[in-house]
Amino acid sequence: MRFKLKVWRQKDPKAKGKLVEYEAIGVSPNTSFLEMLDVVNEGLVARGEEPIAFDSDCREGICGTCSLTINGEAHGPDHPGAACEVYMRRFKDGATIVVEPFRAKPFPLIKDLVVDRSALDRIVQAGGFVAARAGSAPEANSTLIPKHRADRAMEAAACIGCGACAAACPNASAMLFTAAKVSHLAFLPQGQPERTSRVLKMVTAMDAEGFGNCTNTYECEAVCPAEISASLIAKLNREYVIASLRRNAGE
Amino acid sequence: MIVAITGVVLIAFVIGHLLGNLQIFLGPDWVNSYAEHLRALGPLLWAIRIFLLVNLLLHIFYTISLAIENRRARPVHYRKRDYVKATFASRYMAMSGLIVLAFILYHLAHFTVRVTDPRFLLLKADPLNRYDVYSMMVYGFQNIFVSAFYVLGMFLLALHLSHGTSSFFQSLGLNDEKLAPRLAVAGRLLAWLIFVGYTSIPVAVLLHLVKPAQQI
Ligand code: SF4
Ligand code: FES
Repeated sequence: MRFKLKVWRQKDPKAKGKLVEYEAIGVSPNTSFLEMLDVVNEGLVARGEEPIAFDSDCREGICGTCSLTINGEAHGPDHPGAACEVYMRRFKDGATIVVEPFRAKPFPLIKDLVVDRSALDRIVQAGGFVAARAGSAPEANSTLIPKHRADRAMEAAACIGCGACAAACPNASAMLFTAAKVSHLAFLPQGQPERTSRVLKMVTAMDAEGFGNCTNTYECEAVCPAEISASLIAKLNREYVIASLRRNAGE
Repeated sequence: MIVAITGVVLIAFVIGHLLGNLQIFLGPDWVNSYAEHLRALGPLLWAIRIFLLVNLLLHIFYTISLAIENRRARPVHYRKRDYVKATFASRYMAMSGLIVLAFILYHLAHFTVRVTDPRFLLLKADPLNRYDVYSMMVYGFQNIFVSAFYVLGMFLLALHLSHGTSSFFQSLGLNDEKLAPRLAVAGRLLAWLIFVGYTSIPVAVLLHLVKPAQQI
């Protein structure tokens, strides 16, 4: 297969970036999108040009490092799935493919397709943890958790922190990420002691990073590789309202 | 949250207003006495009007500040953008909202303050000495441009509500995985029912199914 790529190139955070065209020739349909970029990069290096910088780590959809907007969709056309799980057979032979970074003000661009997503880490640092010492694993039946709750917590905990939700959101809002992180602890007994302060702190941290506001377009859940449901955003809103009331009541 | 709460008050008004309007199909007596009753509320009517106005202003103020923040949150735009799930209605809420606002201003000038149509001054009181709202509506809508703008206004209102209604539940956290798709459908249904309800009036007038009660 052959493709025409239009890739966002930008030397450093301050430089002005632009889309640059490249040819990818003789690509096997079973190459992954990132491998295809690797091959293009080998060609660039052979010609003495600067290779395209992009992020990746596990390349199997579990780490949340890869972060490409392919043809205007965060993580590309294969939802649910991360950019590293997209295969070239997904595209038409001869197609033009536009590759851009995740764009949001709280994700400053470092180089080419690489952005700094530590804003998400700071939201988690604001309260997305349990402060008590957990010790070693307790006896399994000492804390009973209904199956349904455990499942919901597990679904929320599946978030890999990739930031695609904010990248795809028309408002660059990170509500889906924050909702997942707040919810998985809110569902479990271990998360209860800090439940009120956690949601307030994390939402404040999220706003302070400069993310936009949720207007319920649900574009986030459509691109989320971990299939986090936007109904968790309703849960986040619920948690937030209750926590605000509690704080105002001095609890 | 404020956007959601003020929004729901405005939806309630839109539905109430529609029920009032639809009385046109019951004849001049109904509409005129309904209008007379509203006016007889006196200070209460003004209280309701001011309440709605404050609601509307809060709704507009907060949505505009949200929209500005949202724009700032993505200073560099995508060169190519493709939406997977976000609907047209959900992406253009500000646009539909502002056009509806323009419509509301015109609509008030037209039918409440009555400064845009000189013929309304010629209207005589109805047989029971009430203002002939019925004929005013009919003459108003006989103008094709007035009706066209009205239908356009209602179309954008419906578009706005098709996203806004279910959005209310999501924003206040009154939603979950099972409810969400049902609320989305119900919200759209309500919005387009409102559209059909409102537009049925100018359409009926233009088709001469509803005729004025007096000549001018
Ligand atoms: S919610 Fe989904 S899209 Fe957002 S950061 Fe988590 S895994 Fe990525
Ligand atoms: S590289 Fe780990 S999720 Fe894509």
